[in-house]
Amino acid sequence: MLDWLKSPFLTFQEFVLLAGRATVNAVRRPFYGQDLFLQMDTIGVGSLPITVLIGFFSGVIMALQMSRALSQYGATGQVGQITAITLVREMGPVLTALLIAGRNASGIASELGSMKVSEQIDAMRALGTDPVKKLVTPRLLAMCVTLPLLTIIADFVGIVGGYMVAVPLLRLTTGSQYWNNAWRSLEYNDIAQGLIKPLLFAFIIALVGCLYGMRTTGGTQGVGRATTQAVVVASVWIFIVTALVTRIFVNL
Amino acid sequence: MARPKANAPRCILKFEDVSLQFDQPRPALDRVSFEIWSGETRIILGAAGSGKTVIMKIALGLLKPTSGRVSVMEQDVTHFDERQWYDVRSHIGVLFQEGGLFDSLTIEENVAYPLLNQARFMTAGKKPTLDSVRPDVQEALNFVELGNTLTKFPSELSGGMRRRVGIARGSVADPDLFLYDSPTAGLDPITANTIIALLIKDREMRNSTAAIITHRFQDGHLMANFRYNPEKDCLEKLAADSPIRERTKFMVMNEGRLVFEGSESALDASQDPYISKFSMNPARKAS
Repeated sequence: MLDWLKSPFLTFQEFVLLAGRATVNAVRRPFYGQDLFLQMDTIGVGSLPITVLIGFFSGVIMALQMSRALSQYGATGQVGQITAITLVREMGPVLTALLIAGRNASGIASELGSMKVSEQIDAMRALGTDPVKKLVTPRLLAMCVTLPLLTIIADFVGIVGGYMVAVPLLRLTTGSQYWNNAWRSLEYNDIAQGLIKPLLFAFIIALVGCLYGMRTTGGTQGVGRATTQAVVVASVWIFIVTALVTRIFVNL
Repeated sequence: MARPKANAPRCILKFEDVSLQFDQPRPALDRVSFEIWSGETRIILGAAGSGKTVIMKIALGLLKPTSGRVSVMEQDVTHFDERQWYDVRSHIGVLFQEGGLFDSLTIEENVAYPLLNQARFMTAGKKPTLDSVRPDVQEALNFVELGNTLTKFPSELSGGMRRRVGIARGSVADPDLFLYDSPTAGLDPITANTIIALLIKDREMRNSTAAIITHRFQDGHLMANFRYNPEKDCLEKLAADSPIRERTKFMVMNEGRLVFEGSESALDASQDPYISKFSMNPARKAS
């Protein structure tokens, strides 16, 4: 029973230690700028098309669902407000994070896992370089920069998607009313939680991917297992953290 | 690469009663003590699972001993943390069993890796560029006769070539100690002899200190009895009184314990059934 409980606590302890080391390394020389830009390209630019697609359709679906509900109360003019708030507060950050977790937490875990099982991480340590500094810190920093940016893009494209449904397709409201409602409904509180969440999710995705990759054992089968675990654990923690942050902001 | 080192002898690696216990009842290493001095070649022999690679990993700080004391270059490193180890490791060259090359980097980037990433080669925290280290990389690859493979990836090379790139990467930063983990494992006899010839050449050209982990007694025999002739670019047999013979020492590991330490002649003279498996003595040949 104790052993069963010990494992998640030890994993969490490793996560906290890795987070500490990776964060401290961000301000300690030497800096691996080239690795950072490479990761920003892989995570940010590489995820842009799929983020735009998912963001757009989440706005479309939101407006479609709201059109029926709002028409019952004769409030179809509020579709811009509801789409904007839902996307900026919750849907944009969570959907983008889940997408990036599926795409990049798995990518990071499998890349680092393959390096681990083929002794490349040991070789890196033996050659006098810190794998946390060389592999984890650039991925963490790149994720912290790109995930909030991707979320902002997803939010905007989602609101555009909502507009496409609400105005030209279903004619629920006018274009100016839609944008006016969407813009006016957003408060600083919404923007703040919409940006804090992706920053926290970035920590979770990058560090969970790196942690499960770097503790891979058991050859190629182990790499597959580490990849699956990284995506599952990152996704679960995204929902736990969003619930906690929303709880804090609801009370503000 | 061909820079000879200062001749003042110093203790490069020292193990004092070093033990390592994992979860198994039998320790992976059981009170092992030895010293490797500068200019010495140490051949570490033993069956699979006898603790040879554990010695290498402890010497590199990749594993921490349960008890005992480890000194590298006359510095007690037993309680060093990971950050302190990075500086120590940058003075140790290492060849992993499968080469340990980074498969997403080209051969040039692999060999340049220590020069580009070790803190001691950085000036004001800035890394040297690949262009600036290219001459050193080219020289290291020429040394292992792979000067035309700069743009290739490790997957495009054979097993023997990957080991040779590993040797180039390990020696490019001119380390004080070179650890070779099974440099000839899984290779055909001709390629294996080519690798050992390179190790001998490196010893002569750099006056290097090396520890070679192997289960092939032929590797140790070649190291102890041959020298590199730079004029003829070939190996030749050593004279009977050559100091190189004295500087090549053998140790045999068995189940985590050091069961033999001495010269090749002492190894050949051993009547112990396990130790004689790793020697060239007539009894072994007969069996």
